[in-house]
Amino acid sequence: MEDLLYQFMNNFAFLILSAIGLAVIFGMMKIINLAHGEFIMLGAYIATLATKAGIPLLLSILLSVVGVGIFGLIVDRLIISRLYGRTLDSVVVTWGVSLVMQQGILILFGPSLETLSTPLGSISIGGSDYSLYRILLFVTAIVLLILLYLLFTKTTFGLHSRAAMQNAEIARSMGVNTNRIYSFTFSIGAALAGLTGALYAPTMAVSPTFGGGFLMPSFVTVIVGGANPLIGPSLSGGVLGVVSTGLDATWGTFFGRLGLLVVAILVIRIMPLGFSGLVEKLSVRKSRG
Amino acid sequence: MLLTADRVFSGYGKVDIVRSVSITVNEGEIVSIIGRNGVGKSTFVKTVMGLLPAHSGSIRFQEQDVTRSKANDRARQGMGYVPQGHGVFPTLTVEENLMMGTQINKKKPSMNLLTIYDYFPKLKERKRQKAGTLSGGEQAALAIGRALAGYPELLILDEPSEGIQPSIIHQISEMIRKINRELGITILFVEQHMGMIQELSERCYAMDKGVIVGEVGGEDLHNYDRLKSYLTV
Ligand SMILES: Nc1ncnc2c1ncn2[C@@H]1O[C@H](COP(=O)(O)OP(=O)(O)OP(=O)(O)O)[C@@H](O)[C@H]1O
Ligand SMILES: [Mg+2]
Repeated sequence: MEDLLYQFMNNFAFLILSAIGLAVIFGMMKIINLAHGEFIMLGAYIATLATKAGIPLLLSILLSVVGVGIFGLIVDRLIISRLYGRTLDSVVVTWGVSLVMQQGILILFGPSLETLSTPLGSISIGGSDYSLYRILLFVTAIVLLILLYLLFTKTTFGLHSRAAMQNAEIARSMGVNTNRIYSFTFSIGAALAGLTGALYAPTMAVSPTFGGGFLMPSFVTVIVGGANPLIGPSLSGGVLGVVSTGLDATWGTFFGRLGLLVVAILVIRIMPLGFSGLVEKLSVRKSRG
Repeated sequence: MLLTADRVFSGYGKVDIVRSVSITVNEGEIVSIIGRNGVGKSTFVKTVMGLLPAHSGSIRFQEQDVTRSKANDRARQGMGYVPQGHGVFPTLTVEENLMMGTQINKKKPSMNLLTIYDYFPKLKERKRQKAGTLSGGEQAALAIGRALAGYPELLILDEPSEGIQPSIIHQISEMIRKINRELGITILFVEQHMGMIQELSERCYAMDKGVIVGEVGGEDLHNYDRLKSYLTV
């Protein structure tokens, strides 16, 4: 039982942390960032290189967040800002960005970096060992969801960005500089990807294709979750976490991954707007009644 | 002169829908733009607000040329806008919609939400409700209240009577007049509803096929048949 819970925490954290940057950018801007995996990879590189240079891991992680955030801002100003509202074009263009980033990193740092060791060791409960670091990742994922919830519901930036998401033209007529909101949002999404990369850098091999492993789970989580960048991933992370944990435990990781895709296809058939679409429908009904 | 549009051409893409439209609005006035469906009324007021670029011509607001400035800058300079269909943010609560209006105008402190609730008590009762669940009349009130919260110098309303039952149209008219009288806010509104046009306008421009075809003021505003001729095919 503890094993399953631990596995679930692992899977949940991985899904949430994979998806959150993508979800914020897609949910708020309708931009599909195919370079999301490479933003994660960049975060892993920054954290690994900084740690190797003697900077403490926590500080290295912070450096990744800031670094990828700034990188995202530059990509936004140079490229994405010309594509606001053009979802399909954004797919093609960000795919291009991802290729450039992969090749760029390959040229600069070669095919792989020496991997960091996972910090914090493990604790033993009922005869099994559990990695403390991975438990911490689960806590981080939860804290991140709460912080983002507060950012989007309790701040002026959050209010303006939710308004811009619903109707950008009217938001502008209310004095909101929507372009600035979008730039900032893209940068936040990138910074979150950077955080994810940094957090997972000590747990797996860091190479130019590091982001590949995150891409499928992140997209499945966002698709199943629907447009709302917080409710969506939280719910789909939970459900998909349970599904993949169950399948992992019975038939192994391959079927765990396959299960994610099957759930994604089912959810799209049954509720095209994902979990958050369903929640919004219910909440409107409740507030009307 | 608060607002001057001088030979403005605009439209979607490269096509001109609005052609050489010139109007003026004086401080404190209530001016309407009337005309049939599809003649370009919304296109014109969106151009005034900065949501569509003017292809040529100029727009001056408070003695400044704003032809090239962005909608959000015009809003901060004191233009308030109530879009056609009211345009409330449906999944934001009533209060959040109103909060969007505050802190717009950079020259005046924004209006206290309590003042807005004084004008529209219904909104106070429903402040935690999602705006998308309000009735048409309540959405109109919210859209006006939201624009008001920024304390604009000029309030532009695009067909405020649309989607509202006749008995409430009169209330909305009175509310707009009250806003004009008590707060000194200049009003430019687009309308097709005769009752509202006659009740509210101090001066009226008639538009057809993208051009201004008439200006009606003073006694002529009581001339029902003349106004009606601009609204019927
Ligand atoms: N987004 C758009 N893209 C292209 N053409 C548009 C767009 N919006 C409106 N038009 C066209 O511009 C013309 C004028 O439309 P506009 O909305 O300004 O008319 P209107 O006078 O406000 O009509 P109504 O009283 O029905 O609101 C119409 O022929 C319309 O089809
Ligand atoms: Mg119109």
